[in-house]
Amino acid sequence: MTTFASDPRARTTFRSRLRDRAWQVAAAATHPRDPADYLDMFRPLRAGADLRARVVEVRPENSNAVTVVLRPGNAWRGHRPGQYVRIGLEVDGVRLWRSYSLTSAPGDGLITITAKAVPDGVVSAHLAQELRPGQLVHLDQAVGDFVLPDPAPAKILFVTGGSGITPVMGMLRAGLGRFEDAVLVHSEANADAVLFGDELRDYAAAGHLRLVEQHTDTQGRLDVAALADVVPDLAERETWACGPAGLLDALEEQWSGVLHTERFRTPLVEPGEGGSVTFSATGTTVELDGATPILDAGEQNGVLMPSGCRMGICFSCVLPLRSGAVRDLRTGEVTTAAPGDGVLVQTCISAAAGACDIDC
Amino acid sequence: MTVLQKKAANPIGHLSPEDIEEIGRRLDEIRAEVIASRGARDAAYIRKVISVQRKLELGSRAVLLLSIFPPAWLIGTAGLSVAKILDNMEIGHNILHGQWDWMRDPKIHSTTYEWDHASPAEQWKHAHNDLHHTFTNVVGKDNDLGYGIMRVDEDQRWYPLYLAQPFWNFVNALFFEYGIAAYDLELGKNLATKERRQDPAFKARAKQVLKKIRGQMTKDYVVHPLLSGPSVLHTLAANAVANMIRNVWSHSVIMCGHFPEGVETFEKKSIDGETRGEWYLRQMLGSANISGGRAMHIMTGNLSYQIEHHLFPDLPSNRYQEIAPKVRAIFDEYNLRYTTGPLPKQVASAWAKVFRLSLPNDFAAKLRLGRPVGPGRAGLPAT
Repeated sequence: MTTFASDPRARTTFRSRLRDRAWQVAAAATHPRDPADYLDMFRPLRAGADLRARVVEVRPENSNAVTVVLRPGNAWRGHRPGQYVRIGLEVDGVRLWRSYSLTSAPGDGLITITAKAVPDGVVSAHLAQELRPGQLVHLDQAVGDFVLPDPAPAKILFVTGGSGITPVMGMLRAGLGRFEDAVLVHSEANADAVLFGDELRDYAAAGHLRLVEQHTDTQGRLDVAALADVVPDLAERETWACGPAGLLDALEEQWSGVLHTERFRTPLVEPGEGGSVTFSATGTTVELDGATPILDAGEQNGVLMPSGCRMGICFSCVLPLRSGAVRDLRTGEVTTAAPGDGVLVQTCISAAAGACDIDC
Repeated sequence: MTVLQKKAANPIGHLSPEDIEEIGRRLDEIRAEVIASRGARDAAYIRKVISVQRKLELGSRAVLLLSIFPPAWLIGTAGLSVAKILDNMEIGHNILHGQWDWMRDPKIHSTTYEWDHASPAEQWKHAHNDLHHTFTNVVGKDNDLGYGIMRVDEDQRWYPLYLAQPFWNFVNALFFEYGIAAYDLELGKNLATKERRQDPAFKARAKQVLKKIRGQMTKDYVVHPLLSGPSVLHTLAANAVANMIRNVWSHSVIMCGHFPEGVETFEKKSIDGETRGEWYLRQMLGSANISGGRAMHIMTGNLSYQIEHHLFPDLPSNRYQEIAPKVRAIFDEYNLRYTTGPLPKQVASAWAKVFRLSLPNDFAAKLRLGRPVGPGRAGLPAT
């Protein structure tokens, strides 16, 4: 017993066992609910809670973008510059999840995202018009491998277009001292529309990086083949690129050096035939065309679908296909399941290719 | 032949098949309007009710820690009874109907919610949503009619056992949650033969129910009483009383939904090949509302709008009172009976029926316990 008290490890296990026991009693006292459901009313940001964040500030970034500053709950594990985060917002009473690149440097307990207004975008409109300091939003841990190695390469090229600047902004803000020789080629409609325009120009003026702005209103689209004209030592530079699909496709086709890309949207193939999709656990059946992701259709019909990145990367949305066929919206590849198979499919990038049965 | 022709005054005899389909079309329209306008206001409503319920429950349980003092016992028991009623009615019943699934909140979703009730949500949803709401008031198909232990219609054969049905009904009211659990398990049918008793599916479901009941009992009759220290017995009694108040209340509300005079029952045959319009009509005539103030509606889980609820079981409950005038206008226009009344009157009416049907028909008639004007069963026109 004497060693028991003096051994810190034994003390920790004793304490954690005590905590487990207390939680069991609490669970028995709140049956059939979880004690967390009650704690969440008073301490929604505590360590054991589902990850949430408190809105600290919502400020316009420029005429058509808004920056949101968040204080994540204690369960937040931090992020690496360049990563993105999924945020769940209650838009018109419906919880919608979207991914945003983190634009803040890690460290001070706050994170920021910057969202550009999307035409007809209910979520970006909500961010700009409805979201208020003090409100809670749902959050996932940061993910993504669009990050710089440590130490960063001596010669770096960033190629960005529009809101594709956001993950790079996170990298720049995390420490300009890391960059020996960095070039940023950024494409945007005009000088006023450039997100973080003043900040980027200040960095350039201070000599932290070389900034090349391509204003498409007057100069036309960024020609990847002609990039060597503005960045002569292109081949020596490790490149990080983020922006519209057209830009990234061109880069991937023509690039010879080391290239890292980050896509906000997944390029999709031409849709095929649709079919009726049955969500067997919930008993819901819907008729789908060949272009609608099964995830979207399920959500619209009240099925509680697991979801994640919504672009076929994270596999959070995977569900068993009990029978029937689905088509991968990126590749056009058709996956078929015989009854009883339970082939796992990514619902966010799969559309019906005939009648099918999803176990959800 | 449907029961329709047997009746002195057929409540739907004046409707043509076109009328019935038109009623259906107009009800579909009301439904579509609500669905198109569901939004932040509705979400805020259910979140508010949940928050009030949880705080009331916590507060009442805290007060009951001192239940040895009579005022604490009274306040705590009253608060806990209301909290349990809110959980079962406005929150549990309605979430489990999928009324809030559109919010995509995993904590307020029909597939994940579990309630403070003896019957596991999963089993209740099947018995209630799939059976009762589909076969509403069809004698022999809707087990909610008398729960298989009572005579609920003049056309059901009378046995001497039914003399005791007022007593059964009272016992069922006191222990209603267990009655529901047994009923969701179809206990009577499943215990009847050895083969059914040993069916693995039944055994698995029975085990699930026992587990749920054990959890409920442990909470109310072990954990909270023990946490109250010297108040142990007082808290135990308080929890038992709160459960019973909740049981009697929900039993009364549910009796009022389908049992008062004026509510129609239907023959099995009458629903063969039923159209959407006819289904709506059966819900309209097979349900009864309770009139009252806002508190009454919340405490009944808006089942005081039973007619609207049966027409649209999956619309958010806070919307029923908004659409009620439009629904009623359709009743009036087509000269149909919109059954409603204050709670005491409807409860009394339902109980009067329980007593009357405990006696053979001719005997009840002799005692002048006969049906009031315009009751009985309806059949829908043959299709």
